[in-house]
Amino acid sequence: MSEAARTGAVPARKASPGSVRRAFQPWNDPAAKPLVSFRNVVKRFGNVTAVDDLSLSLYPREFFALLGPSGCGKTTLMRMLAGFETPDAGEILLDGVDITKVPPHRRPINMMFQSYALFPHLSVADNVAYGLRREGLPKPEITRRVEEMLALVKLDGLGKRRPDQLSGGQRQRVALARSLAKRPKLLLLDEPMAALDRKLREATQFELMDLQSELGLTFMVVTHDQDEAMTMADRMAVMSHGKLVQIGPPDVIYEAPATRYVAEFVGDINIIEGRVASVAGDLVTVESATAGTVELDEEAPSLKPGEAIFVGLRPEKITLSHDEPGQGVNKVAGEIWDIGYLGDFTMVQVMVGGEGGQLLKVALANRTRRIARPFAWEDKVWLSWDVEAGLVLPP
Amino acid sequence: MSGRGATARRLVVALPYLWLMLFFLAPFAIVLRIALSEVASAVPPYQPHFEGFSKLGEFLSGLDLGNFKTLLDDVLSGDSLYGASYLYSLRIAALTTLFALLIGYPLAYAMAVAPKRWQGALLVFVVLPFWTSFLIRVYAWMGILGPEGPLDKLLMGLGLTDEPLRLLNTEAAVLIGMVYSYLPFMVLPLFASLQKFDRSLLEAAADLGATPLTAFLTVTLPLSLPGILAGAALVFIPCVSEFVIPDLLGGPDTLMIGGVIWNEVFSNRDWPLASAIAIALLVVLVLPLVLLQRARVARERAA
Amino acid sequence: MKRLGPGLILALVFGFAFLYLPILVLVAYSFNASRLVAVWGGFSTHWYGALMGNEALLDAAWTSLRLALVSATAATALGTLAALALTRYGAFRGRTLFSGMVLAPLVMPEVITGLSLLLLFIALDVERGFWTIAAAHATFGLGFACIVVQSRLMGFDRSLEEAAQDLGATPFVTFWTVTLPLIWPAIAAAWMLAFALSLDDLVVATFAGGSGAATLPIRLYSAVKRGVTPEINAACTIMIVTAAVVVISASLLMKREQLSDR
Repeated sequence: MSEAARTGAVPARKASPGSVRRAFQPWNDPAAKPLVSFRNVVKRFGNVTAVDDLSLSLYPREFFALLGPSGCGKTTLMRMLAGFETPDAGEILLDGVDITKVPPHRRPINMMFQSYALFPHLSVADNVAYGLRREGLPKPEITRRVEEMLALVKLDGLGKRRPDQLSGGQRQRVALARSLAKRPKLLLLDEPMAALDRKLREATQFELMDLQSELGLTFMVVTHDQDEAMTMADRMAVMSHGKLVQIGPPDVIYEAPATRYVAEFVGDINIIEGRVASVAGDLVTVESATAGTVELDEEAPSLKPGEAIFVGLRPEKITLSHDEPGQGVNKVAGEIWDIGYLGDFTMVQVMVGGEGGQLLKVALANRTRRIARPFAWEDKVWLSWDVEAGLVLPP
Repeated sequence: MSGRGATARRLVVALPYLWLMLFFLAPFAIVLRIALSEVASAVPPYQPHFEGFSKLGEFLSGLDLGNFKTLLDDVLSGDSLYGASYLYSLRIAALTTLFALLIGYPLAYAMAVAPKRWQGALLVFVVLPFWTSFLIRVYAWMGILGPEGPLDKLLMGLGLTDEPLRLLNTEAAVLIGMVYSYLPFMVLPLFASLQKFDRSLLEAAADLGATPLTAFLTVTLPLSLPGILAGAALVFIPCVSEFVIPDLLGGPDTLMIGGVIWNEVFSNRDWPLASAIAIALLVVLVLPLVLLQRARVARERAA
Repeated sequence: MKRLGPGLILALVFGFAFLYLPILVLVAYSFNASRLVAVWGGFSTHWYGALMGNEALLDAAWTSLRLALVSATAATALGTLAALALTRYGAFRGRTLFSGMVLAPLVMPEVITGLSLLLLFIALDVERGFWTIAAAHATFGLGFACIVVQSRLMGFDRSLEEAAQDLGATPFVTFWTVTLPLIWPAIAAAWMLAFALSLDDLVVATFAGGSGAATLPIRLYSAVKRGVTPEINAACTIMIVTAAVVVISASLLMKREQLSDR
């Protein structure tokens, strides 16, 4: 799934984003000053700890995504940044200034609400002008800025409409224009794509990224949709039970998840239980009951023989064949139990380690239009993967 | 929260709070207090008087349970005035509720299944009489039910009756007036609950072998029960203490408790007894209300 | 939508006939030239002329209108505040007592409300008249107004207010520019309800007003007690037509607004 979204993504960008984005790594620069810092922030509701001693820094011009299941505390974290919740402990700094006690209307931070929260009694233009009016800007300046904003989100000429006369996509753009109109230091986006259908969502994601780099703003998006986070973010954080489990660029999160939780939450993954047999330099050999001997190339493994570990293996990194593969790769024999055709690829479930062993998922890209598939149910097949495909996850 | 915000918040609560303390709680306390006073031929006609808060202790020490004893003695005696009018009020209210339900349910049901574009208009026409004066509606019935009024003429003209029914000043007239006046209070909650009703449930019932009648009795009726209860409460409670309708349409034998209180205040000037009757009436009314509320809470908890 | 069966059409016809026939009879008799109810003396607007000469009744109508205006405004203002306190402030001290006091007048028998206010005004030694009735009407109107506004506030999307604050509006500005415009229809409805209740009230006004102020219902009541007079028929017809025009045009207006919003 995620692979499909990412391969689909590349041609839609004007320039390859990878090179530009790769150079942008303020979080690795000790001299860089963060725009926002959470310092040991705690927020409780009754006896539920929504945010648990959390520290996090966001950098100027960063596109940051906060990913997690519902109820993990990500929305609370964002609402504390906007000023709608007050932390029970810790502090929040903006440009080095403590804003923990500053009310929402005095924060140079704006938010795009999940429901959009467009004022139903005001026209589109008045919605966009709302924040500017609160600043007491002169009228002509407000008019100019409103037009500029509507042009920016491609809604020129719709200023006189009421929000309920717009489509869902148009409403989202009005909400975006309204929250951008004040040129906030930081824009918060709460599930910005949740109400859009899939096609519109993909197009909007790229527009949002273009807008962000064009305006040079800092965005923080909260989402439970991993595709959305991975497509847009320079850096993302995976949150669980009020804590940040891992922070990093999307490819690092996907290819080198820090925990089993992250590995399973972001993308699809096979988890194989095993014990370390030997460690020779970067090469780790693992013995497992179901998949036999597995060799992994791990950077600086601190593993000791006999240690119980999990091996994570993404489905798209496994090759399926009828004939036994040659030497130099990991391989295991199995039987096909299930085939799920998904259009862009096919997900095959293979039982390895005999009856009562383990089902491994294998993703096969459908490179031709041929309907007759080379694999069928109950086929005896071989799975093989590179030593660089699997990864060691702490138990 | 800024200082100004906190002040504003306090003001928002304080204004209605103080108003209700003064015009609801204080009067109520006074009723309670006066119910425990003696009648006196003075102005105001009760003993002891409230003479400022400085003499509050003295005022409170002179409490007297005599009025409640009078009331109790009356109820226990064979020829009871107050007890009879309590019972009569409950009876009229119950009958009114029943008839309002019998007329209101089919009406509300028909409105709920009527085409959507009619429903708004139908609703307006049910509510419209409510916006015209209550007194006028009762007065209209005085004319209709009165001697040689249009009803008698119509019935005699059709040959259905030989002589005037002379309905005015009878219990029947009171009931007609009550049902008429309180019908919208029954129809509105019924309509609200029937309109929400998912009609595919009836199709499911039919699909499972229910006849239209069984489907109605086993699906529609139980699901509209909250509406029935709400409507019944809205009709029953004000009916018990209704004063104007029995006064104008009823006769000497249709004395309801509202009329009794009215007479004690304005004719007999026995305010302490009127207060005692009022307190007793509240007890009679509050009990079913509490039960209803408890049922509602239980249902909500179950849902 | 299923078509209405004959039974249901009968229910509609019977129900609405029951609701409207008495009113129509009243209207018809207001144009009766004869003084006697039993005799149709031909069409006449005589009684409307007589009504216009009835100073006492016209005075009472004017008093009732002013009373309804004052008490509905006070009831709506206080009821809106009460609704805000009940929906927005969570658990504040004395909340249970407060909500009880707001709602109790809704189920309180009129005679008891009237009696208790009478006793209050006597105890405080206040002269009873226009202002005591206004206070009484504002008190029971408050509860109704509160219910109406509260139901609107409960369905209110709080993120709209958060959005306003996020865009730099202080809580006060947020209330004026977002909350108030959006609950305005409910406030208007609450005011209309309180107005109608005040205009219609006989019992509480009789207790709370004493001989100090004669409202329209008080005058009508004493006239009706004396017997049916065609003048009253004319007065009632005017009131019915006024109410009908106001209610129907208000609902048409609301419907058109809903349509244009779409």
